[in-house]
Amino acid sequence: MAKTIVPIGPYHPLQEEPEFFMLTVEGEKVVDIDVRVGYNHRGIEKLSEMKTFDQSTFVIERICGICSTSHPFAYTRAVEDVIPVEVPERAKYIRTIIAEGERIHSHLLWLGLAGHFLGYNTVYMWVWKLREEILDAMEILSGNRNNYAMFKPGGVRRDIKAEDIPDVLKKINSIVPTLEMLLKAIADDPVLHARTKGIGVLSKEEAINFSALGPTSRASGVARDVRRDSPYGAYDKVEWEMIVTENGDVFDKVVVRILEVLEAVKIMRQCLQNLPVGEIDLNIKDIPPGEGIGHIEAPRGETFHYVRSDGTNRPVRHKVRAPTFMNLPTYKATVVGETVSDATIILAAIDPCYCCTERMAVRNTKGKKLYNGEDLIKLSQRKTERLREKYKC
Amino acid sequence: MSLKLKALLKSPWVFHLSTGSCNNCDIEILDCLTPRFDIERFGMLLAGSIKHADVLLVTGSCNRQSVIRLKRLYEQMPKPCLVVAVGECSLSRGMFIHSYNCPLPLDKIIPVDVYIPGCPPKPEAIIAGVVKLIEKVKKDKLSEKTKKAK
Repeated sequence: MAKTIVPIGPYHPLQEEPEFFMLTVEGEKVVDIDVRVGYNHRGIEKLSEMKTFDQSTFVIERICGICSTSHPFAYTRAVEDVIPVEVPERAKYIRTIIAEGERIHSHLLWLGLAGHFLGYNTVYMWVWKLREEILDAMEILSGNRNNYAMFKPGGVRRDIKAEDIPDVLKKINSIVPTLEMLLKAIADDPVLHARTKGIGVLSKEEAINFSALGPTSRASGVARDVRRDSPYGAYDKVEWEMIVTENGDVFDKVVVRILEVLEAVKIMRQCLQNLPVGEIDLNIKDIPPGEGIGHIEAPRGETFHYVRSDGTNRPVRHKVRAPTFMNLPTYKATVVGETVSDATIILAAIDPCYCCTERMAVRNTKGKKLYNGEDLIKLSQRKTERLREKYKC
Repeated sequence: MSLKLKALLKSPWVFHLSTGSCNNCDIEILDCLTPRFDIERFGMLLAGSIKHADVLLVTGSCNRQSVIRLKRLYEQMPKPCLVVAVGECSLSRGMFIHSYNCPLPLDKIIPVDVYIPGCPPKPEAIIAGVVKLIEKVKKDKLSEKTKKAK
């Protein structure tokens, strides 16, 4: 049968972000997929290197609107790793509260969009209404709905007032009954079962081979979570469970995310109730030469930051690796072999975030050709050959 | 006011374009559609294709990849049309002003009618901005440059 290419994007009504998928199809069946990114590149790493360590936190926050806590969290941990210092207890708890609040609203956002992709607009409207409660709680805590600006190397910028805590607890507790009801409704719905069960299966071996992260890997039975594997913040001081399911299909990914929201509510509640007293900031003055890494569990998986300092007030090198970068290649295992109508929900199932991912794009001087990994390797090999000829060795 | 503009005001259909934003403004725009804010009660609807849209909502800092596509989309839009810049990035490029990949602010590329500041602007601010746009068209206060382009 003749192969046809179905383009999705770059500016598609289905996606809020610009990205380009090329689905090669034979009839209804998808036989290959190619992803082109680069429509969202803003040069954040370079911008971060132009700013001081303190200012960088704000740039890093704007990598992605939904992960606006994960990136500063990983970055501040990387800077603290350079010195190295341990932040005060109260700051750790406040950081955990903000990070879990972000996990709740990010997962709810994904759940609504997944409902929208499947044609369940009721779920979309319902869940997004629920999400407003969390955004209100975050507004009470930090003063803004999305970009919280709570993080700084050595602690947090704002304290949580004791009189705000009851309001926040009320808001986060209010989402639990609706979510439990939603979980039951999803477990009972035969149409939802038919659309998501056994669709886009990522087996355990493939999840390990592709180094899948976060809920994508945990839905496939790989128990991988930075919060448990190398605890940071207050995660080793509160009780919570890592959610792991076995099947790796879209249904399991939905279930993992809903259960994780309930766990996040649990963590947030414990942290708010047991908030220790004390300092919230170390007031770090100088950052010595050296290098540091910081990794944390973002809603989508492990976010990794690398910072190198030369003793001045600016980072010499700052590298960001977002979880979607590792999760994107799993499309090769999940989408291929499925029908085109299932492709959208499978593409959405890893909760891709493109503004997090787009760190580098290389073009030739005429601006026509976009280099991929292989081209870059070739360029590098050619340069070595040139140098060899030059030095005659 | 031309008949076409008058007809447009009853139920402006909106197309949303992200030109390299951080997702926040896009999500706040989607938030406007959901039950708490429910912008659909004013007759505004998110259109799937630029050819069905009356208002273009632009977010993001217009990077080199998207400038070409932004111009092409603007040309495809049925005229008269209105352009709204949402968020600090599309207003003045915000903190990406020194970036190598964000060459021009939005209003140097296409004519803009309303600016909604904020990082990200709250859904209330977006609704207020669009209402202001409608008022502006009703009172015939569009700038000469915009009128010419229309």
